[in-house]
Amino acid sequence: MTEDELRRRQRGKNVALALGLLGLVVLFYLVTLVKMGGGH
Amino acid sequence: MRATMASEAQGGDLLRASGLRDFWRLCKPNVMQLVIFTSAVALYLAPGHVHAVLDLTALICIALGAAASAAINNSFDADIDVRMARTRLRPTASGRIDAAEALAVGVTLSIISVMLMGLALNWLAAALLALTIAFYVFVYTIWLKRRTPQNIVIGGAAGALPPVVAWAAVTGDVTLLPVLMFAIIFLWTPPHFWALALYRTGDYDRVGVPMLPVVAGRRSTLRHILAYTLVMVVVTLLPAAFGLAGLTYGAAALGLGAVFLAYALRLWWHDRDMLAMRTFRYSIFYLFLLFGAFALDRAVQDLAFG
Repeated sequence: MTEDELRRRQRGKNVALALGLLGLVVLFYLVTLVKMGGGH
Repeated sequence: MRATMASEAQGGDLLRASGLRDFWRLCKPNVMQLVIFTSAVALYLAPGHVHAVLDLTALICIALGAAASAAINNSFDADIDVRMARTRLRPTASGRIDAAEALAVGVTLSIISVMLMGLALNWLAAALLALTIAFYVFVYTIWLKRRTPQNIVIGGAAGALPPVVAWAAVTGDVTLLPVLMFAIIFLWTPPHFWALALYRTGDYDRVGVPMLPVVAGRRSTLRHILAYTLVMVVVTLLPAAFGLAGLTYGAAALGLGAVFLAYALRLWWHDRDMLAMRTFRYSIFYLFLLFGAFALDRAVQDLAFG
């Protein structure tokens, strides 16, 4: 295992986690909009 | 990218570093596919209407719940998975993700999925989702799997609950149709896994998981597969018999069920690993098509009667 390879994989996982969290933020935002708008 | 990762995974010194793909595998994407599909059909069939965003949220919660269950299951089963041919490449079995990390991922996803379901949809659906995860982890993985050949019979309830969760997410209650969907998947699970266990008996025997072929022998397993398939096919006809689904569904259930029975009969008669493998493969195809038929049936009715 090279240092570069390890870093690359680590970065891959970090980026995925960031995207996952961002996705949840967007989802919570949309759900809030829908719920506050009466759900329809 | 995929190809290079796969070839790297075979290289010795790279084995112990996890990549994104390992976390994806940790969630058993094949199982998730069936869970998501059967739930999506239940969402579609459930009467009433929720905003598309909430429909999607319900589906995401169910998918996250399934991923969470799989991660926790992998965490607990790492010790036996590593000694079975079918599962030895799972990330927790090969050590690329350690058991504690898998457990942390699973618990985190469980909490997110249940809370989000409760806040965005309703708390009945959230409770049912929590029950599904808890059942898979505590009842199946921890309690039954290594103790009794009834492991997958009772544990099958966890895989059968997602459409009920989806239904409850839309309607806030549980009626006969989602209960029948539950019954169908519940009865489908044993023949599905027993067919697999027949050609993987050596695996289960080696690690001491008391699957039916290990404990009761092949003949008994073949009879059980046949019996469960027969009862399952009868139950798949009930939605049409009760008028909860139309002719399209009824015809599909009858035809697909007849083929399943033919597979089970042929397996019972010839008892070959190859036939067990084919029966296992057909069982997956069968469940997809059967739930596809539920959706198609509804689409046809909507078109015909507006």
